[in-house]
Amino acid sequence: MQRVGVFVCHCGHNIGSVVDVEKVVEYAKQLENVAVADHNLYSCSEEGLGSIKKSIRENKLDVVVVAACTPRTHEPLFRRACEQAGVNKYLFEFVNIREHCSWIHAKEKEAATEKAKRLIAMGVAKASLLTPQKEGEASVIPVAAVIGGGIAGLTAAASLVSQGIETHVIEKEARLGGLLNNISVIGPEFVETEPLIRRLKEDLERSPQAHIHLESRIVELGGFIGNFDIKIAEGAKTTDFKVGAIIVATGGRELEPTNVYGFGKIPTVITQMELEKRLAGGAAPSSAIFIQCVECRQPGREYCSRICCNVTLKNALRIIRSNPNARVTVLHRDIMSYGTTAERLYREASESGVSFMRYGLESPPKISEKEDGASVEVFDETLNENIGISGEIVVLATPIISQEGTAETAKLLKVPADKNGFFLEAHVKLRPVEFATDGVFICGSARWPSHVTECIAQGLAAAAKAAIPIRGGKVVIEAITAEVDVERCAACGNCVLACPYEAIEMTVIDGKRCAKVNEAQCKGCGTCVAACPNDAMQQKGFTTRQLGAMIDALIKNCKEEAVE
Amino acid sequence: MTDFKPSILAFCCNWCSYAGADLAGVSRLQMPPNVHVIRVMCSASVKPEYVIKAVTQGIDGVLVLGCHIGDCHYLTGNHRTAKRIPLLQKILDEAGIDSRRIKLDWVSAAEGEKYQKVVTEFVEEIRRLGPNPLREVRF
Repeated sequence: MQRVGVFVCHCGHNIGSVVDVEKVVEYAKQLENVAVADHNLYSCSEEGLGSIKKSIRENKLDVVVVAACTPRTHEPLFRRACEQAGVNKYLFEFVNIREHCSWIHAKEKEAATEKAKRLIAMGVAKASLLTPQKEGEASVIPVAAVIGGGIAGLTAAASLVSQGIETHVIEKEARLGGLLNNISVIGPEFVETEPLIRRLKEDLERSPQAHIHLESRIVELGGFIGNFDIKIAEGAKTTDFKVGAIIVATGGRELEPTNVYGFGKIPTVITQMELEKRLAGGAAPSSAIFIQCVECRQPGREYCSRICCNVTLKNALRIIRSNPNARVTVLHRDIMSYGTTAERLYREASESGVSFMRYGLESPPKISEKEDGASVEVFDETLNENIGISGEIVVLATPIISQEGTAETAKLLKVPADKNGFFLEAHVKLRPVEFATDGVFICGSARWPSHVTECIAQGLAAAAKAAIPIRGGKVVIEAITAEVDVERCAACGNCVLACPYEAIEMTVIDGKRCAKVNEAQCKGCGTCVAACPNDAMQQKGFTTRQLGAMIDALIKNCKEEAVE
Repeated sequence: MTDFKPSILAFCCNWCSYAGADLAGVSRLQMPPNVHVIRVMCSASVKPEYVIKAVTQGIDGVLVLGCHIGDCHYLTGNHRTAKRIPLLQKILDEAGIDSRRIKLDWVSAAEGEKYQKVVTEFVEEIRRLGPNPLREVRF
């Protein structure tokens, strides 16, 4: 029989002011298997953890239950405390009585106390069935792959190579550089891009550790962190290699306007990218009208592309700087020049005569062709009437949209993308530049439209994160993977089909055909458990017996209540 | 039945709906104290047997909450949930168990308010349906 210890946290007033902690502790004491129940003012404090550890040793506890906040933030802390007191870290169960109880039932103290009791009863029921687990370990091939040779990918690759890590760069075009090949100067400091790209390219070309694959795309990808198999089509030939980590830096592209504002019909209506080319060639117009938020921040494409305002500010200033008499008008819906440097650009643009005028989504500007350019009619919200302006060119600031082939890349790598086709990292704040899939990282505009400075920062961050498993040589696999009860397995293969990670295969053990889980490939989702008709597949820490015991505990409780 | 206190079980996936429930807590969104969350890694790991066990032995309602379609942490796990739960509801209806006692919905990690809404509405629905008739049955 397991000796379970229950520790209920007051969390200061957060739990203690709503839930009657002492009452809950008394209730926990009489639950089956509970050897000791106690409470702490702050369980996560040095003092709280110390008293839990002391109690584990003194009461010879086998399993620990902490009823406090959320496992999503505090589980590692309590697991470590268990380990320090000699209890396997998987013999720990977290009961959430703060986010899921005291905070959401603040005015129902009695009901919240009763609910906390039931939640603890469920937690103890599961905890009594926990078994110690050993975390798996897998070796890591000390090679990285970077998909995409734009500024983000090149920065990441150069950083990896400078750390002595062999790196493959997979670029779909015939030359490295990505979007910056068509952009000569970047804001907000008006830095030339050519030396930026050239330096990174030279660093890579000089290094025997770097392998650059141009006109290449991934055709097959398998494996898992530490051991990915990649097959690429490079021109006409195919190449195979193995890597330990992958960085996705596939970038984004400018949206080509579809039949709006006379684009395609009136030759003086151009995109921002076309303007970049003209400005790089030294041709600054005598007057220009910029239209912001073209085909974005509207139904069908709701997101803000973030960078277009600053790009417009930069190009407006480039026009003014080369031709101080130029008339530049920016028609916008909101200007977002975020950060102190971009705010400076906005101020400089205003002071040098760029006029900013707001238009509403319901009354977009109307463009008509003129002999020497185009004229624009726009409703002025301040004057409350339509006004006409003319310009040599009209520049449409269209958003960055997701790269072509994003869906295929997402499928190959088994990583998610959002509804706009940008990749979704594991957690924007807690795990930036990482995918939920271990060993796969993300940087640059493939993640979200980003400025060059942001792409560089993210490239460096992704390289640093990718270097962790590669330099460490080993990865730890959390013991929540699935395992097969060979006796029960009927070899139906349902689990093989259900697994989103191709981590299960059919095999023969002692002459019996059955399923086998590849631990390093298993992500611990438990999909196979639900697919198994014979209860042969179990997920460690979430076994059918453990979850069944939790359900039983609640059933018992509701029956008792019905009897009362 | 003024003193009917529904006993409700909720399966929340670790990545979206459990995080959404946490967010509801952090945002101090108030809701009825009848829902008891079991954390699972993915909604696709919720065996139909769990739901059947709960509703045939007296639990008044079961919520299965996952990530929105397309946002599953495990790529396509919730696609299975989306097929499995409606199928289970049909089977339970055939067996004479009101399938309104089972609800499938999607709550993202950013949707604390949606979690509050789903929980509140489901508790109301269960109150309307009354206690699970199988609550008193001893097998």
